[in-house]
Amino acid sequence: MDALIRQTYPVASADYTSAGQASGDIKRRLKKLGIGGDVLRRVSVASYEVELNLVIHSLGGELTLSVYPEYVELVSRDVGPGIPDLSLAMREGWSTASDEARSLGFGAGMGLPNMKRNASDFEIKSEVGVGTEITMKFNLA
Amino acid sequence: MTVSEVRELIQGESLTPEVPEEKEVLCGYACDLLSWVMAHGDEGMAWVTVQTHLNVVAVAVLSDMACIILPEGIRMEEESLKKATGEGMCVLTSPLTTYEICFRLMTSGIPPHVQ
Repeated sequence: MDALIRQTYPVASADYTSAGQASGDIKRRLKKLGIGGDVLRRVSVASYEVELNLVIHSLGGELTLSVYPEYVELVSRDVGPGIPDLSLAMREGWSTASDEARSLGFGAGMGLPNMKRNASDFEIKSEVGVGTEITMKFNLA
Repeated sequence: MTVSEVRELIQGESLTPEVPEEKEVLCGYACDLLSWVMAHGDEGMAWVTVQTHLNVVAVAVLSDMACIILPEGIRMEEESLKKATGEGMCVLTSPLTTYEICFRLMTSGIPPHVQ
């Protein structure tokens, strides 16, 4: 099935000034397609969390938005460093954020659990030294 | 209650005078941990925080909040205000503490969650 929209956003490591730009653009694009309400809010929250995770934790990566007739898909891929213990990373309150990130109010350890809560489907794969890939789907119906 | 009425209630001043204040405030919240706010933020929320950097505006906009409230006369960086204005997000500053602001919001009937 072809996507109605596919857009990839590069996200740089530790670039707190631009953080949120990809999520903002995703929200605007979805709004233009007439997607609103609860789905739009859930995609917005999850896209911001995953974008911030790339900024705070990764060595750089990209976020891809795809819109299909029945669902919205967000895929985040980074080039490392990878997560050694996924079950620990998924636990609310667990965070390895830097002091800089914490000083800005991040690092509450809510990112991954929050993505999982907001997405209809959530999948995470990670390999230390290789990278992390997160796929989220949001049903439109 | 509208953002404009909330501004009067908390003796506030708008730092984004170009942004209309007619949005309806549906609930209130106070927290400075952004990822915590992302998890608990809601539509129409009046969010009290001492954080003033650009990401605060992004969180408020993405959660469809009604306004950001800075307590104790805190001001916001020009860059953040420019972004807030561009996104139509109202930023208020109040001389009151977070505790007093929340008390006034609650006793005026603004609930912690959208009803």
